[in-house]
Amino acid sequence: MSSNSFSYNEQSGGGEATELGQEATSTISPSGAFGLFSSDLKKNEDLKQMLESNKDSAKLDAMKRIVGMIAKGKNASELFPAVVKNVASKNIEIKKLVYVYLVRYAEEQQDLALLSISTFQRALKDPNQLIRASALRVLSSIRVPIIVPIMMLAIKEASADLSPYVRKNAAHAIQKLYSLDPEQKEMLIEVIEKLLKDKSTLVAGSVVMAFEEVCPDRIDLIHKNYRKLCNLLVDVEEWGQVVIIHMLTRYARTQFVSPWKEGDELEDNEKNFYESDDDQKEKTDKRKKPYTMDPDHRLLIRNTKPLLQSRNAAVVMAVAQLYWHISPKSEAGIISKSLVRLLRSNREVQYIVLQNIATMSIQRKGMFEPYLKSFYVRSTDPTMIKTLKLEILTNLANEANISTLLREFQTYVKSQDKQFAAATIQTIGRCATNIVEVTDTCLNGLVCLLSNRDEIVVAESVVVIKKLLQMQPVQHGEIIKHMAKLLDSITTKLLTQYILNLGKYDQNYDIRDRTRFIRQLIVPNEKSGALSKYAKKIFLAQKPAPLLESPFKDRDHFQLGTLSHTLNIKATGYLELSNWPEVAPDPSVRNVEVIELAKEWTPAGKAKQENSAKKFYSESEEEEDSSDSSSDSESESGSESGEQGESGEEGDSNEDSSEDSSSEQDSESGRESGLENKRTAKRNSKAKGKSDSEDGEKENEKSKTSDSSNAESSSIEDSSSDSESESESESESESRKVTQEKEKKTKQGRTPLTKDVSLLDLDDFNPVSTPVALPTPALSPSLMADLEGLNLSTSSSVISVSTPVFVPTKTHVLLHRMSGKGLAAHYFFPRQPCIFGDKMVSIQITLNNTTDQKIENIHIGEKKLPIGLKMHVFNPIDSLEPEGSITVSMGIDFCDSTQTASFQLCTKDDCFSVNIQPPVGELLLPVAMSEKDFKKEQGMLTGMNETSAVIIAAPQNFTPSVIFQKVVNIANVGAVPSGQDNINRFAAKTVHSGSLMLVTVELKEGSTAQLIINTEKTVIGSVLLRELKPVLSQG
Amino acid sequence: MIHSLFLINCSGDIFLEKHWKSVVSQSVCDYFFEAQEKAADVENVPPVISTPHHYLISIYRDKLFFVSVIQTEVPPLFVIEFLHRVADTFQDYFGECSEAAIKDNVVIVYELLEEMLDNGFPLATESNILKELIKPPTILRSVVNSITGSSNVGDTLPTGQLSNIPWRRAGVKYTNNEAYFDVVEEIDAIIDKSGSTVFAEIQGVIDACIKLSGMPDLSLSFMNPRLLDDVSFHPCIRFKRWESERVLSFIPPDGNFRLISYRVSSQNLVAIPVYVKHSISFKENSSCGRFDITIGPKQNMGKTIEGITVTVHMPKVVLNMNLTTTQGSYTFDPVTKVLTWDVGKITPQKLPSLKGLVNLQSGAPKPEENPSLNIQFKIQQLAISGLKVNRLDMYGEKYKPFKGVKYVTKAGKFQVRT
Repeated sequence: MSSNSFSYNEQSGGGEATELGQEATSTISPSGAFGLFSSDLKKNEDLKQMLESNKDSAKLDAMKRIVGMIAKGKNASELFPAVVKNVASKNIEIKKLVYVYLVRYAEEQQDLALLSISTFQRALKDPNQLIRASALRVLSSIRVPIIVPIMMLAIKEASADLSPYVRKNAAHAIQKLYSLDPEQKEMLIEVIEKLLKDKSTLVAGSVVMAFEEVCPDRIDLIHKNYRKLCNLLVDVEEWGQVVIIHMLTRYARTQFVSPWKEGDELEDNEKNFYESDDDQKEKTDKRKKPYTMDPDHRLLIRNTKPLLQSRNAAVVMAVAQLYWHISPKSEAGIISKSLVRLLRSNREVQYIVLQNIATMSIQRKGMFEPYLKSFYVRSTDPTMIKTLKLEILTNLANEANISTLLREFQTYVKSQDKQFAAATIQTIGRCATNIVEVTDTCLNGLVCLLSNRDEIVVAESVVVIKKLLQMQPVQHGEIIKHMAKLLDSITTKLLTQYILNLGKYDQNYDIRDRTRFIRQLIVPNEKSGALSKYAKKIFLAQKPAPLLESPFKDRDHFQLGTLSHTLNIKATGYLELSNWPEVAPDPSVRNVEVIELAKEWTPAGKAKQENSAKKFYSESEEEEDSSDSSSDSESESGSESGEQGESGEEGDSNEDSSEDSSSEQDSESGRESGLENKRTAKRNSKAKGKSDSEDGEKENEKSKTSDSSNAESSSIEDSSSDSESESESESESESRKVTQEKEKKTKQGRTPLTKDVSLLDLDDFNPVSTPVALPTPALSPSLMADLEGLNLSTSSSVISVSTPVFVPTKTHVLLHRMSGKGLAAHYFFPRQPCIFGDKMVSIQITLNNTTDQKIENIHIGEKKLPIGLKMHVFNPIDSLEPEGSITVSMGIDFCDSTQTASFQLCTKDDCFSVNIQPPVGELLLPVAMSEKDFKKEQGMLTGMNETSAVIIAAPQNFTPSVIFQKVVNIANVGAVPSGQDNINRFAAKTVHSGSLMLVTVELKEGSTAQLIINTEKTVIGSVLLRELKPVLSQG
Repeated sequence: MIHSLFLINCSGDIFLEKHWKSVVSQSVCDYFFEAQEKAADVENVPPVISTPHHYLISIYRDKLFFVSVIQTEVPPLFVIEFLHRVADTFQDYFGECSEAAIKDNVVIVYELLEEMLDNGFPLATESNILKELIKPPTILRSVVNSITGSSNVGDTLPTGQLSNIPWRRAGVKYTNNEAYFDVVEEIDAIIDKSGSTVFAEIQGVIDACIKLSGMPDLSLSFMNPRLLDDVSFHPCIRFKRWESERVLSFIPPDGNFRLISYRVSSQNLVAIPVYVKHSISFKENSSCGRFDITIGPKQNMGKTIEGITVTVHMPKVVLNMNLTTTQGSYTFDPVTKVLTWDVGKITPQKLPSLKGLVNLQSGAPKPEENPSLNIQFKIQQLAISGLKVNRLDMYGEKYKPFKGVKYVTKAGKFQVRT
C-alpha cells in the first residue's frame, strides 16, 4: 500500500501547487497577522523533509509543529501527502497526531485522505480494543462522502463488538455518519435500536445521544429500554446522565398521564404561598381522585433523585427540570435546595441556574421562599447576576417578607452600579402593583427618589411612578400634585417648548419623529390641520394601565435547562415537550421480552448479563404480565419465561432500592388500586430476604434452560416454569401446589436428556486418577442446551462434555491466616460444570479458622469484578468453630479470560480483599469426541485460529502417558482416542462461550515435538500454549 | 454538541482553536467580541450568545475566555460544566491554566482535547483516565523521552474506562501510603451598617489528597453528620451508605480531588469571627472625605484569625486616599479605585485600624452610597460549623496508611455594608 501511495503523491504533485496557492490566499485573510506566505512555505519545506526522514523523533517533532500550526488556525493543508504517509506509523504518538491532522484536513483533501482508509480498516480488526476504537473514531471523523458505505459497515461491526468501549465509539460514529449522509438514516436507526438494547453503562449515554440526534421522534424505540435506562442511570457517566434524563423527560410527557391535579395551573399563581400548608389538603384531594401513578413513572422520578447530589451542575439541573416537568407538584420542592447549592459555583453556572429559578419562581413561589436570603445581592456580583437575583426576589415577594425586601432594596437603589439601581426601581414598582398593602409605601419611596442626584435613577423613578399612577389615578391625587409642584418655578408652556425643541435635535430619529408628531398636535399653528382639534381626544383617551410584569413570564413554554430557555428563542434542534396525554398509552409496551433480544444480539449476551445486577423493580410487573398473558396467548409466555431468568438475577440490587422506597410505596399504596397494592406487597416481601431472590435465581436459571433445551416440552410447561419462580415471592399456597405438579413434569422432560449424557459419555480412557465422582444432577441441563446447539451446527459430529479425566489437588491460597486475622481460605478448581450457571467455572473454597474464637458470619462482601465477570457467591456461613474448617462452592463466570475476580471475604468484624485469577487451563471443560470429529473440527480451525510451538525434551518425557499426565495437569481437557502412537490429542471447550479448544502433541523425530492448539479463542489458545510449552519440555 | 472551541486571551487574540466537526471560521468570534465590547467588564459578558448560525457558550477562567461553538439545542450547563472541566484539566496538567502554559504545551493540549470530546460529546473527562492516556509533562520525562524516543501517549485502554470505577486507575503504587483530608469551611455573610447579620451561611468542602496503593476502600465518618444539610458528592461516594448510615464510603481516585461539598443547615446560627467598626463619610460640597475602619475579633473560638485582607471598591469620584494604618500595609489603585488593606493577624490587645482622608474629584457630586468592605480571613484548625471527622477506616488493602485531617475556616463572600 505504501508504494502505491508514493506514486500517487508524485502524480498529484503538480495539481497540488495550484491548490496550495489557493489555500494560502484564503488563509491570509482570517489569520492575517500570522500568515507571511513566503516564510510559511519555507518552514513547511523543512517539515516535509522531517516527515520523510527515517527517524521517528524527527517525524514526531514535525508532527508536533504541525499540530501547533493547526492549533493556531494556520493552514497546514499542503503537508497532507507527507503527513498521511505516516498514518501507519508504529509510534503511537506520531500516529495520534497524524489522526489529529487527518481529521482536520481530510474534508479538504478527499482523494488523498482515501489513502489512509485501508490502514483504519485493518486497525478495526486489531485485538487491542483501544486501537479498534480509535480507528473507528478517526475513520468516522473523516468527512469524505465516498467512504460512507465503509463507515456504515464499520459501525455495524463495531456495534456488535465485545468491548463496550468500542460499542460506545460506534454510537458516537452514528451521529457523525448521519451528519455526513442523512440518507443513511434508516440503516442507522437499526444500529441505534440494537445499541439501545446494550446494557453497558458505558454505551447508554452515547447511544441516547445518537438517538436524540438521529431519530428523536422514534419514541417507540425507547419503550423496551425504558426501565433499563432508568435503572442504569445512576451508574452512567455524568455526561450521559444529562442526555438520558432530558430524553426521558420528553418520553415521560408522552407516555404517562399528568400527575398534576386539574386546576393546578390556576391555583399556582394564586395560592402557592401557602403550598406547605396545602400539602395536607393536596393529599386528601388526591385520594379523592382516581389518579394512580404509573409505576414506571414513579421509577423514573425515584431513580433520578440521588443525582441531585451530583457534583456536576448539568446533572443537577437536568434532574431539577425533570422534577419540574414530570413529578407531582408536591414533590418538586426537593430540587430547590440543590439548585440553591449551585449558586456557589462559577458565574456562568450561576447565570443559567438563576435564569431557571426565575422562571420557576414565577409559577411556584413556595419552592424558593425558604431560600430568599440566598438571593440577596452582593456588591461584587456581576451586573447580570444582580439583575437575575433581583428578578427572583421580586417574584418571591409577598405580604410577609415585603418589608424585609424593601429594606434590602433601599441598599440596592444606592448602588454604584446604576444599571442595577434602575432595575431595582423597576422592581419596587412591580412589588407595589403586586402587593396592595405596600403600594403607598413604595410610591412614597419612589417619590423621594425623584430628588436623587443621578439622572438614571430619576428617569427610572418617573417612568415607574407614572405607571403606578395610571393604575389608580383617583387615589393618588396627592402625589400628582406633588409632582406638579416640582414644576412650580417654570411655567408649563415654556417647559413644553423647551422639551420639544430639545427633541427636535435629538440623535435618535425615533425621538425626533415623535417630537414632530406631538408638536403638530399640541402646539397649534396655521399649518396644522384638522387633527389638532382632536388632540385632547387622542392623548387623553382612556387606556388600560400598563402591566408591570416579569421579563421571565413568557419563558415557561420552553423546557427548563435548555438553550432555548436561556435565550428565550427556539434554538435549532429544540424538541418540544409535549403536553400530557389525556389517556395514557399502553404501558405494556415497556415490558421486555428477552428471548428475542438474545437472538438478535448474541455478542451482547455477555453485556446483558454483566449489568443485569443493576436492574430492579421491573420483575414484579413482568411476572404479573407474563402470568396474565400466558392465559391468553401461550406462545408469548415462552419468551416471558426467559425474562424471568433475567429478572431473577436482578433481584440482588432490587432490594436496595426497594428497601429505600418501601416506606414511600406504603404511603402510595393508600391511593393506589388493589392491583397496585398487591404488587407493592410483593415487592416488599421480595426485599425482606436476599436468600429469597437467590433461590429465585436458581429456579429461574433452571426454568430458562429447561425451556430452551427441551424442544418438545409444550408451551404449557413453559408457562409453568413461570409460576414456579413467581411462587418464590408470592407464596400463595395455591400456586405452589400447581408449581410442584408442574415441576415434576419439567423433571420428566429433563430425564431423557440426562440419560443422553451417559450415553455420550463413552470415553473410558481414564488411566491416571480416580476423578471426583460427578453427581449427575450437578451437570446442569443448560449444558445440554448448549450441546444441542452445537450439534445442530456441526451436524454429524458428536461432541459432548465429559467428566474431567484428572482433578489436580493443588490448592491456591485465597487468604492467608496472617492477613485474615486467623481466617484462612484456600481454593481449588474441582473441574466440574458449575451448578450455579453454565458459563461459570466452579470453585471450591475451604475456610479454616485458626484462631481460638468463633468466627461469625463469613460471607462475601463487595465484589469488584471487571466488566462482564459474574460471580455466584456461597451462602453466608453463620459461624466457624475454632480449628474448624468448612468447604463451600461458588461459581465465577470469567468470560473466557484470565481476568482477576476481586471480592471481599467478610466476617462479622472484618473485610478482607481477596482475588481469584484462574489458570487458563481451568477455563475449559473436557469434551469427548472421536478422532474423526477432532480432525474435522481441526480442519475448520486453521490459519488465525491455530498456534503452535516446537518442544524439545528428553525422549522419556515423550511417552503418551507422561504427555497425558502433564497436559491434564495443566488444563481441564479430555483425551481423544488416537489411532497413531505419535500423536496425542486433547479436546475441550471454553466454559463461557463453549468454543472448542483442540490440543495436539505430535512427536517428531529426535527429541522434538510439535504442540498445536486450534481454537477460535486465540487469546486463550496462545496463553495455554505458553503454559504448556515449558511443562512439556521439562524433565 | 460542542462544535469548536476557541481560546481567547484578555487582549482579544484567538490563540488556540480546535474543531471536533467540520471547521468553523474564526470570524464567528466576532459576535463574541461584539458582546464583550457591550459588556461593562469581563464578568458581564453573557455566557450564552446567539449568532445567526451558531450559539456561543463561553466561560471566563484565569484571564482566558473559553468560547465554544454550538449548532443545536443543548443544555447550556452541560457545555459550561464541560468547559470548566477542560480548564481544570489544564490546571491539573500544567500547574496553571494560563495562555503561556497552554502555548508551551500545545501538543498535549491538543491530545487532551482530542480525548475529552468525540464529535462534540464528552468521552473521557476523569483526570485519572486522561493521565493514563496522556502523561502530564514533567521535565524529567521530557528529557527521558527525547533520549529514548518513548512517548507521552499510552497505548492501552485505561483500566478505569471499562470498570465501574472509572475515576481510579489500576496498579497504583506508593512507598508511603497517605490519605489527607482538608475540611475547608467558608463563611458567606452580608453584615449591614449597624453590624447585624443580614445573611450568613457556612459552605464547606472536603478536599482529599489520597496516595494509597492498590484499591483501597475508605470510609469516613463524622461525629456530627447531621450538621450537613445539603451535600454534593464526587461520583466515587456510595450514595446508599450515606443515606442509610451517614458514612462516606468510597474507593478514592488517585491524587487530589474534591470529595464532597456541603452546606451547613441554616438553623444553626453562624458565628461571625470578626467585626468591623467603620466610619466613612464624604462631605457635601467639598473635595474630601473621611475614612476610618477598625477590625476586631469576635466569636473566634480562641483561635487566631490570620490572613486578614480588606478590599474596598471606592466610588468613581475618589481620586486618591491618604491613610495611615496601625498594622499591615495598604494600597490604593487610582485606576480601578480599589483599596486593599493587607492586615495579617489580629492581636486582641491592639486592634488594627486604617484611617485618613479621601480626595474626591472636585465639583463632582458626593457619592451616595458608602462602599462595602469585602473581608478575607483564615482561621487554622477550626471548622466553624463544629463539624468533626470521627474516623477513617480502610478496607481492601493490608498496609497501614498515614491519615491526616486538617480544618480551616475562611471568609467566603464576606461583605460588610457601610
